[in-house]
Amino acid sequence: MDLHFGDSKPTDDERAAVDALLGPPQSAWEGADRSDQDLRWARGGRAVRERRDLLLPGLHAINDRVGWISPGALDYLCRRLTVPPAEAYGVATFYSLFSLRPRPATVLHVCTDLACQAAGAEQVCAQAESRLGPGSGVRIERSPCLGLCERAPAALAIRAGDPVRTAVAAPASAASAVSAATLPDAAPQEPPAAAAAPQTSGSGPGRDRLLLLGRVGVADPESLDDYRAHGGYTALRRAFALGPAGVIREVTESGLLGRGGAAFPTGRKWQATAAQPEQPHYLVCNADESEPGTFKDRVLMEGDPFALVEAMTIAGYAIGAHRGFLYLRGEYPRALRRMEHAVAQARARGLLGEDVLGQGYAFDIEIRRGAGAYICGEETALFNSLEGRRGEPRSKPPFPVEKGLFGKPTAANNVETLVNVLPVLTLGAQAYAAIGTGRSTGPKLYCVSGSVERPGVYELPFGATLGELLELAGVRQGLRAVLLGGAAGSFVRPDELDIPLTFEGTRGAGTTLGSGVVMAFDDRVPLPRLLLRIARFFREESCGQCVPCRVGTVRQEEALRRLAERTGDAADDIALLREVGRAMRDASICGLGQTAWNAVESAIDRLGAYA
Amino acid sequence: MRKRDGNPKTYTRLTHPLVRDSREEPFRRASWDEALDRVARGLERNRGAFGMFSCSRATNEMNYVAQKFARVVMGTHNVDSCNRTCHAPSVAGLAAAFGSGGGTSSYEEVEHTDVIVMWGSNARFAHPIFFQHVLKGIRNGARMYAVDPRRTATAEWAESWLGLNVGTDIALAHAIGREIIAAGLVNETFVERATTGFEEYRALVEPWTLSLASKVTGVPAAAIRELAHAYARAERAQLCWTLGVTEHHNGTDNVRALINLALLTGHVGRYGSGLQPLRGQNNVQGGGDMGAIPNRLPGFQDILDPQVRRKFSAAWGTDLAPHYGLNLTEMFEAMEDGTLRAVYCVGENPAQSEADTQQAVRRLKQLDFLVVQDIFLTRTAELADVVLPATASWAETEGTTTNSERRVQRVRRAVAPPGEARDDIDILCDVAARLGHRWEYPDAEAVWDELRSLSPVHHGMTYARLEEHQGIQWPCPSTDRLEPSYLHGRLWEPDPARRGRPAPFGIVQHDPPVDMTDENYPIRLTTGRRLDSYNTGVQSGGFASPLRRGEYIELSPEDAEHYGVVTGEQVQVTSRRGSVTAPVWVDPALRPGLAFMTFHFPDEVDTNQLTIEANCPIAGTAEFKASAIRIEKLPVATEVPPLTRL
Repeated sequence: MDLHFGDSKPTDDERAAVDALLGPPQSAWEGADRSDQDLRWARGGRAVRERRDLLLPGLHAINDRVGWISPGALDYLCRRLTVPPAEAYGVATFYSLFSLRPRPATVLHVCTDLACQAAGAEQVCAQAESRLGPGSGVRIERSPCLGLCERAPAALAIRAGDPVRTAVAAPASAASAVSAATLPDAAPQEPPAAAAAPQTSGSGPGRDRLLLLGRVGVADPESLDDYRAHGGYTALRRAFALGPAGVIREVTESGLLGRGGAAFPTGRKWQATAAQPEQPHYLVCNADESEPGTFKDRVLMEGDPFALVEAMTIAGYAIGAHRGFLYLRGEYPRALRRMEHAVAQARARGLLGEDVLGQGYAFDIEIRRGAGAYICGEETALFNSLEGRRGEPRSKPPFPVEKGLFGKPTAANNVETLVNVLPVLTLGAQAYAAIGTGRSTGPKLYCVSGSVERPGVYELPFGATLGELLELAGVRQGLRAVLLGGAAGSFVRPDELDIPLTFEGTRGAGTTLGSGVVMAFDDRVPLPRLLLRIARFFREESCGQCVPCRVGTVRQEEALRRLAERTGDAADDIALLREVGRAMRDASICGLGQTAWNAVESAIDRLGAYA
Repeated sequence: MRKRDGNPKTYTRLTHPLVRDSREEPFRRASWDEALDRVARGLERNRGAFGMFSCSRATNEMNYVAQKFARVVMGTHNVDSCNRTCHAPSVAGLAAAFGSGGGTSSYEEVEHTDVIVMWGSNARFAHPIFFQHVLKGIRNGARMYAVDPRRTATAEWAESWLGLNVGTDIALAHAIGREIIAAGLVNETFVERATTGFEEYRALVEPWTLSLASKVTGVPAAAIRELAHAYARAERAQLCWTLGVTEHHNGTDNVRALINLALLTGHVGRYGSGLQPLRGQNNVQGGGDMGAIPNRLPGFQDILDPQVRRKFSAAWGTDLAPHYGLNLTEMFEAMEDGTLRAVYCVGENPAQSEADTQQAVRRLKQLDFLVVQDIFLTRTAELADVVLPATASWAETEGTTTNSERRVQRVRRAVAPPGEARDDIDILCDVAARLGHRWEYPDAEAVWDELRSLSPVHHGMTYARLEEHQGIQWPCPSTDRLEPSYLHGRLWEPDPARRGRPAPFGIVQHDPPVDMTDENYPIRLTTGRRLDSYNTGVQSGGFASPLRRGEYIELSPEDAEHYGVVTGEQVQVTSRRGSVTAPVWVDPALRPGLAFMTFHFPDEVDTNQLTIEANCPIAGTAEFKASAIRIEKLPVATEVPPLTRL
């Protein structure tokens, strides 16, 4: 395998962390003591090389246990998986949650992204830094969006150990952030998921009409029985009655479009995957929700985790997959716990496994944690990440339905998309399609944050206007701009609140619905600083694979910094931004580079920034 | 600490002829005329006691002219090349079974096979290009098995690595054969149709139970069984080997034992199934094909066949002796007894590549006349009376070479040779002219066309077609079609007439290495190659490699601890023939009692002073792979710190 190892040895802790994931080493060649037998016979080959996808879980195991990945630990993991250490180094350094240098066991991630910045994250960060100096055993890192925008500003503490501990402080003060980092076990419980979905509180008139959030705050997210008592697993039963082709027909007729941002018809994606002769087929649920301002998938997974398990089972059944991967953001510890629990419960009750519901269909779900890389939300980058490679997007075609995960036909769907399949099947395609507009059917979740009284996830049928949504959330006085679709989306003005929130409506208005981010900014927020934060985000998250994005995101940030600091010729810099933006949009491999200029462009053209 | 710079002595190109009147004098520069006159005189006075060492790296055309020079100008079949030191047993073994000595498959077939057995071959290092095809095969789903005393870089890619004792290949092969028979996995159709001697073979391998073989080879019985079943049950399988099989005192027997497994399972003569000896040099196949061997005329045609002799006699205008010449090993022995007194050595370096180099140098010094034609002043050239500067066979020469899959490919001149260096063929023709034979070869293609007219297997390969098809595999008898990529498809013919001579099982016995280990020489030394260097290093040493670390005696961690030595420490390495000093390297791929060295750096550590010249009686190849040595820690005072050896 051409493996060149250094001389570094793993510590007992590091070895134990890897062995806990992979089991003890089978031979000296894998790192056990040398035996006579080992020096006469070594097994390996395909079976061993096929474990490459365990690289990312292995890196997590080490990082969780000791807080960083030492050369000895990396070597040992590579020996176990027959991965060249140089390649594994490339993978480990790709993710922001890992460190290849020694660091304190506790890392406090303070979100400094859009919503949190507007809510004073910098101040929290500075104060926490002054309290947690060098001997405190805590490292403070400024983080991109942690997906806790409804409780901005947010901080997440991770303390390595066995087991790893996490604590969330949100809304964070310097004091609560510091105590989360120093005493994670004593940190106060997070509010229930329902608190992030204002429509679910009380028994308002809309409560009964919620299709996606209906069980949030009602059914116990840790109880499979409670889930079933609230209508759970009726959709799967219907799916078995319809058969795979019937499920795909229903989903196609429902008009369900992907909620991850690309709005691709889900039925067509499933049909194309199911029709591939090559086996096996895979289902991938994209729960790497990293678009700044997005937290709806987190709320769904925390508030109604069994719904996602059921929906994934239905999707797997429809496309003929027997393995589903749930790729979950590394920054979502509670969602991870809830989903792990739900999968284990479903497995224990025969709702996952060899014979789902006694129908002779085998399906199981593996949960894989991301490790802090926005780009891994791009589906082909996500596949590479799952396979144990750097999360760099692939060129398309071939499309995932032909060659996706492990080079096999794969349907990759967002959490919200999958959860929509449940009402499609329980209501029937026609009734579902009657919700919303003709071309954007069904309900939609919006992540409302920023300058509103009641930030959170809102469920509305497609077609409601932006103004109606903001009114529901209690928009504050002095609205200056609304960011639609997150960092990759675009700004609209306060006088554009009649934009209908549908895929076609936003497109018609020259903006985008994206992943459903609706972030309101009042006139106190300095726009140039906001744009600079967006530009920094893209520069940091560019995977560096293609030139337009790698270079363009840097040039864009530089120009915006000059504009913010008024150190250059503004007209020249705006012209430069347009040129660089066009190059990124035209020539980048994936959506990251293609959209990295959207928000800035809209701020210049619609909001008149720098005018 | 900075790593020791392992780059060895480098050689500068020869740019003009060198001569001297006696071996005690230094060389002096001479004109081409003077040098060639001296060669002509030196050869003329030793007629009847002449040998030609041809070159496995030079073109087919040069090899053709060199053997023609020996046979026509000097009237002898004493012509051979360094393939004697590596793959002659493969040629002999394959020829005995199938009537021709080439590998039976093509590289591409390795990519489309189901099982690949790499036996005694660290192709990852020694045949990196071939190994790319193996990797493609693995990627396409093939399972690879490695048989090697060391767990090499090749073995790391294997489903299963079998770490046998050095020199127990026949025991292992026989046990695999017995297991295949016992498990009912014999390809009965093929054995019945295309082989002879099966019953004898069955009786031969009967004693080789898994447990006996396990005792002799050291490999667990379950591992042997697994390999036997994997090979026999595969629909297609490739059996590849290199010098781990051939460089033994019974190398040809080893090859026969492997061929038996292919006969037993029908893994030969079909697409994707075959036998592949991996050749070490770009043209070691072509050198033999061109007749630069003592028992075959060009096109692998037997000297003992009167019809063949008549054809060549007519074409060359001379009579050919109806007997074989001396091979390289025999020529060295003939130097000892004085019956071989003049050698024309083209591009070979036997002073460093032969086993027991002290003996080889002594014998070369006894010659009355030695002319060396090379691109560098090698150790062999330093012993010569006349040194002739030649062009490099790549980049400076037009012609063809033949690779391990029998594919003849064009090489082209891209740069002008330095100084007065001249094309090998032109030099040979000038010497021939001085000895009374005027040959007119305006270019390499003229040589090739003469060869094509005499060798049926090359007949269809015009330069134009070689260019068009990017190389053509032999046999290619016709100018208007191409043959299948594999050999011996005839063995599967239902019609006995078209099937031809069936392939006999080789009835060969296990015979342990000659150089036994005992309490004085307790460690088994085996030799081989590394990725960063090539053979004696004359051609590769001039190019820096970050991987190259120079010569080491590689020991298992257990032995290093036992002798109390650490990496970099100089130790005395002694065999029954000689002794060298080398630094220690600790390699976990070795087991206790097994040591490894290369022979890439003979100017620093002359490994072949340790090796034994125990030759295969059939092919003449020496047992480079198995010596008995002891390791002695040097007294601290004389220990040389590694950095001073730069």
